[in-house]
Amino acid sequence: MQYLGQVLFLLLLVAGFGFFIKNIKKLIRNIKLGRDIDRSDNPKARMRNMIRVALGQSKMGKRPIPAILHIFVYVGFIIINIEMLEIIIDGLFGTHRVFSFLGVGYDFLIGFFEVLAFLVIFGVVVFWIRRNVIKLKRLNQPEMEGWAKRDANNIIYIETILMCFFLIMNAADGYLQSIGHGHYFQAGSFPISGLISPLFEGMNPDTVALIERFCWWGHIIGVMLFMNYLYYSKHLHIFLAFPNTYYANLKPQGEFNNLESVKKEVALMMDPNADPFAAPAEPVGEPEKFGAQDVMDLNWVQLMNAYSCTECGRCTSSCPQNTTGKKLSPRKIMMSTRDRLEDVSKILDANAGQFVDDGKTLLNDYITPEELWACNTCNACVEECPIDISPLSIIMDMRRYLVMEQSAAPVELNNMMQNIENNAAPWQYNQMDRLNWKDEN
Amino acid sequence: MSQNIVVPTMAEMMSRGETPEVLFWVGCSGSFDDRAKKITKAFVKLLNKANVSFAVLGTEEGCTGDPAKRAGNEFAFQMQAMMNIQVLDGYEVKKIVTACPHCFNTLKNEYPDLGGKYEVVHHTEFLKSLLDQGKLSIEGGQFKGKRITFHDPCYLGRANKVYEAPRQLIEKLDAELVEMKRSRANGFCCGAGGAQLFKEPEHGDKEVHVERTEEALGTQPEIIAAGCPFCNTMLTDGVKFKEKESEVKVMDVAELIANAEDL
Ligand code: SF4
Ligand code: SF4
Repeated sequence: MQYLGQVLFLLLLVAGFGFFIKNIKKLIRNIKLGRDIDRSDNPKARMRNMIRVALGQSKMGKRPIPAILHIFVYVGFIIINIEMLEIIIDGLFGTHRVFSFLGVGYDFLIGFFEVLAFLVIFGVVVFWIRRNVIKLKRLNQPEMEGWAKRDANNIIYIETILMCFFLIMNAADGYLQSIGHGHYFQAGSFPISGLISPLFEGMNPDTVALIERFCWWGHIIGVMLFMNYLYYSKHLHIFLAFPNTYYANLKPQGEFNNLESVKKEVALMMDPNADPFAAPAEPVGEPEKFGAQDVMDLNWVQLMNAYSCTECGRCTSSCPQNTTGKKLSPRKIMMSTRDRLEDVSKILDANAGQFVDDGKTLLNDYITPEELWACNTCNACVEECPIDISPLSIIMDMRRYLVMEQSAAPVELNNMMQNIENNAAPWQYNQMDRLNWKDEN
Repeated sequence: MSQNIVVPTMAEMMSRGETPEVLFWVGCSGSFDDRAKKITKAFVKLLNKANVSFAVLGTEEGCTGDPAKRAGNEFAFQMQAMMNIQVLDGYEVKKIVTACPHCFNTLKNEYPDLGGKYEVVHHTEFLKSLLDQGKLSIEGGQFKGKRITFHDPCYLGRANKVYEAPRQLIEKLDAELVEMKRSRANGFCCGAGGAQLFKEPEHGDKEVHVERTEEALGTQPEIIAAGCPFCNTMLTDGVKFKEKESEVKVMDVAELIANAEDL
């Protein structure tokens, strides 16, 4: 019986990490459904970008209030997880506060964790108020109905509960230490939980010890559950923000890629010596689609972007089209891409890894042409995104599909493009008149 | 505004055995749009005044393909690009200046990968460098003390991080430069980019150019300065829509300088 706790703990860890690894594998599989894109260049600049933007939160500063609150939660959450190490060792070996031999250093650490835990609670409470009471517009737009809203609140509740477990556990421990109960020897300092300890006065010490154990178990079980919740949540950004900024586009924002598949065809058309009947140099497989109709036509960075999106809506609140009441919302572009990717993932799971056409595509069933045609390609969303996501690149790839595969551009745009092809200007002017301005008055 | 302007073409220069320092890429708006043609001429006057050795392609110039590319038509874009690159390389062009941020962005960022590698500058950067080299001087003149707000074109600002050159030029006019709340990297689109200029907007509450014009008018300017023919069109429409055209002018930075110099 003596080892029951330890065995249960081990099982919990195995299950927790087991499911987590399974989800990570699925995540990687899904991201790899995307087309290849080379982002291996310039590792130093990429590393710098990651450190600045993801670790250093450099793009959050534009909006100082959420930036500071987010720092509380972010730093608090990362640092308090150091405590997990002790919890795991204690749990596996049946020890209690195994790091307490660090003495003053330990006291300091625990005290520091407590302050951070308090700041985390403070941060998420304000976040909750901003979302649910003040109802900030950016956090309550149409695409945030339903699961997105519940998800955001779930994260807030889970974090609050976890931090409460941590503080109550310390409060009980501190109280038991002060009365010299059982194995609760003097260890740690409790600047925050010390304020709760007096509540235990007069209680049966065994009950207090039970509360301490309950919170200890509650904390670790909660952490394991939360870890496995990430895959389904916008909270995935706590990991993906890092690769996402590392593999971000480092070129000027105005530079859109030149489609390789088009380059070949244009070269052929421009080459006066090309033999139109010559056998193609490459083996003819399925010809590459121009642009993107579904998630598999996007590249893996764009798919990773979709999983990384924090649904913060900074992009949408800076989008000229969205802020003037149009349907286009760059955040929704990312959320729809993830939704579709998840649906594709479910199809793969159900069919032994094979994709079976479900009659749906990202285009039309998740993102409508009306949204796509509204975009100004102004890059406000890209500039704004705190983790360097480019909703614009997805919009562009889908426009390319609409135009080059379906010839489904709005009529006026078709006219414009025809003019360019016929007379090298978007309007119907003769190229021979291009210099007339010189002599006009 | 009637004195002669000198606009040599590349072909003429070549036949004389000369090579200009810089090619002035006029662009479709600058060539055909009545409002934008005035900007083109203002810029040429400044080039003439500073004795810059330049030339235009004239009838050999064709759309860079930007609107087609932003609309999603890579074919039309790459065809235009390849044709233009052939012409540019034929004249061994090294440096290009243009008054259109869309041409600027496309030539600078998207042509190199297709084989067209040139040094490309926006006309505000070019004018700034003329100033720095002492080839051009700017006196405040009629703009002294006037309130001017500058609208950042997306393809000049965010897309290519050129924020200062146009502002420094405006400040040289001894004008009072007033900033809109959304400026520089936070600049708000005029509504034209992404080929929107060529089509009706989607259904919504408001038009983008009206929103931006209202923001600009909020700074109580006498002049709204732009550095892009498309922005100029959109903001001019916006000012008309708000019935403010008698009080507030929309002008290109090049026009401001040319006017200040009484050119
Ligand atoms: S690039 Fe398109 S989606 Fe992004 S902010 Fe501009 S208009 Fe909106
Ligand atoms: S794309 Fe970026 S800015 Fe937009 S909601 Fe997602 S994380 Fe926020």
